[in-house]
Amino acid sequence: MLELVQASTYAADIDRLILLIGVIVGVWFLLAEGIFFWLIWKFRAKPGEKTQYLDGTEKHIKKWITIPHALVLVCDVFILVGAVSVWYDVKQQLPDADSTIRVIGQQWAWTFQHPGADNELDTGDDIFTVGDLHVEVEKTYHFQLQSRDVLHSFSVPVFRLKQDAIPGRSITGWFTPTRTGEHDVQCSEICGIGHGVMAARIHIEDANTHAAWITRSTAATTP
Amino acid sequence: MADTLVEVQKQEIHGQDHEHHDQGFVSKYIFSTDHKIIGMQYMFTGMLMAVIGGYMAYVFRMQLAFPGISVPGFGQVSPGEYNSLITNHGSIMIFWVAMPVLIAAFGNFLIPLMIGADDMVFPRINRLSFQVFFISSVVLLISLFVEGGGFGGAWTSYPPLSANADYNQTQLGASLWLIAVALEFVAFLLGGINFITTLMNSRAPGMKAYDIPMVCWMIVIASILFMLSVGPLLAGAVMLLFDQTLNTGFYDPARGGDPILWQHLFWFFGHPEVYVVLLPAIGITVEVMATFSRKKLFGYKLVLYTAVATGVLSFFVWAHHQFIAGIDPRMANVFTVTTLLISVPIAEMLFVMIATLYGGSITLTTPMLWALSFLAEFLIGGVTGIFLGASGADIYFHDTYFVLAHFHYTFFPIAIIGTFCAFTYWFPKMFGKMMNETLGKIHFWGTIIPFNFIFIPLFVLGMGGQHRRIYNFEHFPEIAGPEYFQLREIATIALLIMLAFQAVFFFNVVMSWWKGEDAGKNPWKANTLEWTTDSPAPHGNWPVEDLPTVYRGPYEYGHPDREEDYWPQNLPG
Ligand code: HEM
Ligand SMILES: [Cu+2]
Ligand SMILES: [Cu+2]
Repeated sequence: MLELVQASTYAADIDRLILLIGVIVGVWFLLAEGIFFWLIWKFRAKPGEKTQYLDGTEKHIKKWITIPHALVLVCDVFILVGAVSVWYDVKQQLPDADSTIRVIGQQWAWTFQHPGADNELDTGDDIFTVGDLHVEVEKTYHFQLQSRDVLHSFSVPVFRLKQDAIPGRSITGWFTPTRTGEHDVQCSEICGIGHGVMAARIHIEDANTHAAWITRSTAATTP
Repeated sequence: MADTLVEVQKQEIHGQDHEHHDQGFVSKYIFSTDHKIIGMQYMFTGMLMAVIGGYMAYVFRMQLAFPGISVPGFGQVSPGEYNSLITNHGSIMIFWVAMPVLIAAFGNFLIPLMIGADDMVFPRINRLSFQVFFISSVVLLISLFVEGGGFGGAWTSYPPLSANADYNQTQLGASLWLIAVALEFVAFLLGGINFITTLMNSRAPGMKAYDIPMVCWMIVIASILFMLSVGPLLAGAVMLLFDQTLNTGFYDPARGGDPILWQHLFWFFGHPEVYVVLLPAIGITVEVMATFSRKKLFGYKLVLYTAVATGVLSFFVWAHHQFIAGIDPRMANVFTVTTLLISVPIAEMLFVMIATLYGGSITLTTPMLWALSFLAEFLIGGVTGIFLGASGADIYFHDTYFVLAHFHYTFFPIAIIGTFCAFTYWFPKMFGKMMNETLGKIHFWGTIIPFNFIFIPLFVLGMGGQHRRIYNFEHFPEIAGPEYFQLREIATIALLIMLAFQAVFFFNVVMSWWKGEDAGKNPWKANTLEWTTDSPAPHGNWPVEDLPTVYRGPYEYGHPDREEDYWPQNLPG
């Protein structure tokens, strides 16, 4: 199996939900396939043996369908609770932010607007980059996701995060990186000929490195 | 009475056709109104399109496993060509393979034969349906060769990309693609009318609702679902065409339009569409399983009701394709509930099919192998869908190869396994000859084993973060490692093997048609009415004075009061 690190607070929650579903449907799957192949073997044609004239409408036979039916419903409830609670955490609520960034998709590049030293967006010291997003570990970020042309999708696999960008709208979401490192940012909604090269990198840095990056980038852009 | 009008039209047309019975090849096979010929026309067109769609899969899978190589039989794949190949592969496989073969070909061929009718209720509408479909296929194929190349905005065709040539760079290709899809819808609206009215009006005397073979029910329920869901999308397609050609702004946010509107219209159709193709495949499987396990269906009404329940629910799940598309996040919860609910009737339907085997006498003929493998493989598609319906998990999986592998584990069993199942089962009725069993089994294993080796690696890649519709993964360092490329190569090589084995199938068809053993009327000792007439069935299906009457349900196998283990529907007493 391919191993992707968990680099956000909710990455582990999403992976746990996937595991929960995996176990539930895995059991059902193995059971169903097991019974299925066993029946094929058990009731293979044998010379001279006639088949049974069965009809599933009789109560004592029908229970073989109605009991699993009820069990499926019960499993659905477990999955539902898991799914909705993860969803609520990632997409429906918005924890307080330490910092806000802007992510702008366009054919075919990601532009990132960082707040700069004053930690405020849309001020003179904002740092714009194309293709490289710099964030500080253990800080909670809000992102404002926008598009200049077609649909794009801001996807950071190590965060387990994905959100479509829509022209004419600004969509706000959040993440908190939990470990330093450098990872892929993808565009995961087809956006034209360059969709396959619309890659970016996210640099998750500790406080010192991040501060140094801000100083360096500000110096580079101030006249 | 409503029936009289129908009867008049039917007699008129049949009268006419009987007068010129010695028609030339063209009027007999190209402009025929005979439901069997129209069914064959749909089938061979669909199979030809499947070959084209498979060729496309070959080209882009080669590019994915060995980026940059010159693909034998195609050449180097540019990013624009890559997008066009996947878009048209997807569109072809759904709209020009699954639908024409499963619904139109088998619906046309089987419904009149299985309900004891001499033809469809509206034979000329039927012919028109195929003609429109044929034109749609031609338009689609032309769109691949116009200036700028074929449309590359994915089979879902989301605006603004699809709406504006500045964005997609395929001005003509995009519009022709859209026109082709719209024409295809029209063809199936025409065909659907026929299936529904024929099942309602033309059943043999004595055939009550619960005596109708399940595959006929399924095709008719599918047609109803299609007709109820496609209207809004047709309207949406016209708006998209206006955006493309007349510069309107229905989907352009800068001019007050909304790109998300298209997604709602598309998936309000798109999700029911999944069941539109699934139900006929289930119906086919049920027929074949009953015959070769010599068993009465375990709960006829249960299968029927769960199909209806699935159909109704399928209109309330569409936004599970849009969880992260920017819809109100609270809505996602509603659609998670409905999506998980739909798992209940579907699971129940599969349980009934599995339970049918209990107490049977199972022979593993080629059609039976296909039917059983449909169940075994479709189960994988079904259970992996739960991950995607669970909103929280879909945040990660959406638009990855996990989704792609999931839906191929549903569509491949439906469109490919279902087709081979039906084709091998009814081949004797279509052509009067038996197919070669040894070749049939070689082809079966040569298809099923590679199939799993294609798509299981793709599940793993999806879990590893590989996203969809990317022509070259080397641009993404995290998913460009050698272990990722190994999996891509396994998938591609398995595809090459699977494609090679399809030659066995075509060889088998030709050889069996030419030199196969005579089938006789009822080679499988099955109960349904199509097996009571000659193979192949003559024009009008039965001699006029000898149309069948029905005395019992379609699955009376192993009845205790009978010596024989089957009891055809048309035998009195
Ligand atoms: C012959 C074996 C097949 C192979 C190896 C195959 C492979 C693939 C692959 C790799 C993609 C994704 C390409 C990408 O996202 O970059 C794809 C897309 C797709 N395939 Fe297949 N496929 C096969 C058969 C089918 C069948 C039978 C169906 C349906 C009846 C189907 C329906 C689709 C659809 C709807 C898409 C999505 C196209 C899009 O993204 O717009 N495929 N296929
Ligand atoms: Cu993109
Ligand atoms: Cu759906």
